Amino acid sequence: MVPLLSMQGIDKRFAGIPALRTAELVVEKGEVHALIGQNGAGKSTMIKILTGYYRKDAGEILFDGRPVEFSSPQEAQRSGISTIYQEINLVPFRSVTENICLGREKRRFGLLDWSAMHEEARTLLARFSIDIDVRRPLMAYPTAVQQMVAIARAIGFDAKLVIMDEPTSSLDEREVEVLFGVIRQLKASGVSVIFVSHKLDELYAVCDRVTIMRDGRTVPVAPMAQLSRLDLVTSMLGRELTQVLHEGHDAGNARDDVREPVLKVSHLAIGRKVRDVSFDVHPSEIVGLAGLLGAGRTESVRAVFGADKPDAGTIGFAGTENTISAPLDAIRAGMGFCSEDRKLEGIIPDMSVRENLTLALMPQLARRGIVDEARSREVVDRFIRRLGIRCTGPEQRIRELSGGNQQKVLLARWLCMSPKLLILDEPTRGIDVGAKAEILSLIRELAGQGLAVLMISSELEEVVEAASRIFVLRDGHTAAELKGDAVNEQTVMAAMAHGHEEAQEAAHG
Amino acid sequence: MAESATTLPPAHRTSRLDIGSLLTRHGAWIALALLILVNLAITPNFATWQTLNVNLTQVCAIVIVGVGMTLVIATGGIDLSVGALMAIAGSLAPLIFLGKLFPLPHPAVGIALAFVVPVVVAAAFGWFNGWLVTRLRIQPIIATLVLFIAGRGIAQVLTNGNLQVFNLPNFQFIGLGRVFGIPFQAVLMIVIVAAAAWMLRRTVFGRQILAIGGNEKAARLSGIPVTSVKQRVYLISGLLSGIAGLIVIARNSAADANLVGLGMELDAIAAVAVGGTLLTGGRATVIGTLVGALIIQLVRYTLLANGVPDAAALVAKAGIIVLAVWLQRQSHR
Repeated sequence: MVPLLSMQGIDKRFAGIPALRTAELVVEKGEVHALIGQNGAGKSTMIKILTGYYRKDAGEILFDGRPVEFSSPQEAQRSGISTIYQEINLVPFRSVTENICLGREKRRFGLLDWSAMHEEARTLLARFSIDIDVRRPLMAYPTAVQQMVAIARAIGFDAKLVIMDEPTSSLDEREVEVLFGVIRQLKASGVSVIFVSHKLDELYAVCDRVTIMRDGRTVPVAPMAQLSRLDLVTSMLGRELTQVLHEGHDAGNARDDVREPVLKVSHLAIGRKVRDVSFDVHPSEIVGLAGLLGAGRTESVRAVFGADKPDAGTIGFAGTENTISAPLDAIRAGMGFCSEDRKLEGIIPDMSVRENLTLALMPQLARRGIVDEARSREVVDRFIRRLGIRCTGPEQRIRELSGGNQQKVLLARWLCMSPKLLILDEPTRGIDVGAKAEILSLIRELAGQGLAVLMISSELEEVVEAASRIFVLRDGHTAAELKGDAVNEQTVMAAMAHGHEEAQEAAHG
Repeated sequence: MAESATTLPPAHRTSRLDIGSLLTRHGAWIALALLILVNLAITPNFATWQTLNVNLTQVCAIVIVGVGMTLVIATGGIDLSVGALMAIAGSLAPLIFLGKLFPLPHPAVGIALAFVVPVVVAAAFGWFNGWLVTRLRIQPIIATLVLFIAGRGIAQVLTNGNLQVFNLPNFQFIGLGRVFGIPFQAVLMIVIVAAAAWMLRRTVFGRQILAIGGNEKAARLSGIPVTSVKQRVYLISGLLSGIAGLIVIARNSAADANLVGLGMELDAIAAVAVGGTLLTGGRATVIGTLVGALIIQLVRYTLLANGVPDAAALVAKAGIIVLAVWLQRQSHR
């Protein structure tokens, strides 16, 4: 049988940097096909090339047996490829019919043909086994039904292929069930679905086959049922099980449980992403937070730092409990936080290295609100030398520095405060190899001097190497705490895939 | 293309680059200097005290309001309510010193209160703007539109829409008085500009303003109290508008709620833009705003003094603004 969609040998470069390298994606008719991969693996680029948002540099796309190259998402939609994004926008106070026919109203003699439109809406919804009065306003129905209406509208009559890009990230469990119902309906009526998600449970629940992406390449397609969770995780992270070494850690073994933790987080819950997360960090210890994308790592540490408000749980820091409600509180209590997005939340691009470095320290450098320039320069010079920040001088604008040197300035922003705990969210993202090594060795040195470090990194190798203890998060829960010999890539991946027991087994087996 | 670029003599290239960066970095100063030179050449009686005083007094209110506007814009905001707040302060002061609000024990008390109360009221309204922006998270342009519309209405209700005429030299000193021959309002303006420029450069508060405008998320995560800084900035803008309102009515010996500060928000924004402050926030120069206001005023003066009608001068003003903003974009490439 000819597959519905066949993308072969797709290449795409952005400013010379390859985003896709001979990637392929084959979707059969009536199949639910999972597309997974780490952030930056190329999933979105692949989908955007398919829907005509980007132009491919090389390769061939066959859709429904014909070679295609769409020039816009609208054109793709007309040819039968619908895309459902994470957020769905409808007009709640208008009727179901109006919502479904919005933008494609039927006319007769220049007037709206209401009876034809009601009929169309009814027929469309019947395909998804929804039987409701289409004349009533949308908000008269429960959210789950509204969700179905939204999906029905997006899919319409003509869709042969529906792309769902992380459709469940803003849905609760009941709504996810409804969505799965729709997916099964679509499948039954011969429509194919490409399903992008990071949640392994969901993949197993609805998908038939999976294409795994890594560094712009695709791993050969396999039926879902033949792959274990561990296989999925290892393929995504790009490590063969046989390559994974048991790197035992003797450092830090004796350390935990002896001293009081400087940070103790218990049963933290925030919105839908964090359900029940617990972890702790002792002085002089580097603790890693591992987990797939969307597991709740960043959300958890942001709450610890007071950047977001938790719904439940306790955050104990340096002898106090739940006293931090804003970053300023956290900083005063002795925390530092390097956010995962250096450009968006870290640097102030137009300010100098000096101003960026002393941003948090400024109130302490001032007397009666006036900045003591001499002291400020002294601090800045010291840290430029100590961290080896390469810049023309303290007055150079930070935007002109390389990523690694910008990150060093941001580290110095906190180190000059002499913090008790430093939270690092993806501290080496987008940094060249040399600077990466420098930053990691600096972090280790600081921990040796008594600093507690909580580190998030998507590069497993890095966390395993740096951390003496790792908490693995999975779907907003703490799935495992690994220490001692258990701190190796294999157990971490096992915990990311399954949770605690299997991780223990993997560690001992 | 590449070849032709390399065949250019290097000296030529560097000199062109220098002129370009000079123009974009110090464009406002150069323009001001050119304007003065042109006027010295063509405008009769330009180099006199009187010309200086006329131009300074014309520009005082705009600069004082512009200083507040510079600070607001530096945080990434904007304040459209400044003209309306001038009208409120300008209407309130005569009501107080004419004893229409409450009986006065002594005229001096009335004059003192006429200085303090309107400015405090304008500052309070400015704080209200900041409250809307920070607590209700309304976009600054909409939040300050509230008082842009309602403020002048409040001023009209206060005065029942009547023109208030007065002659009270002690109060009017702020608009008409002179110190060593220099108009008091110009002295006040220079003091305010100097204080604000120093504040922006040397104090924690100044750095916090620029940090918020440069990257609000990063500022918040670095422990900068974004809400309180923004509220204070809008408060300062309101306070300075109040002072400008008093200057305008003192100069005119009359307060008309319909006219005091009319269109001031746009003049102030224009001065800020021409002066080289980044309208998206993060980079600001108070001295630049002074220079910007002087340029706009001098162009108008040049044209009027040489017999060009005021309507045409407005077109010239618009042209300067376009040029200034375009130059700013060039320097940001």
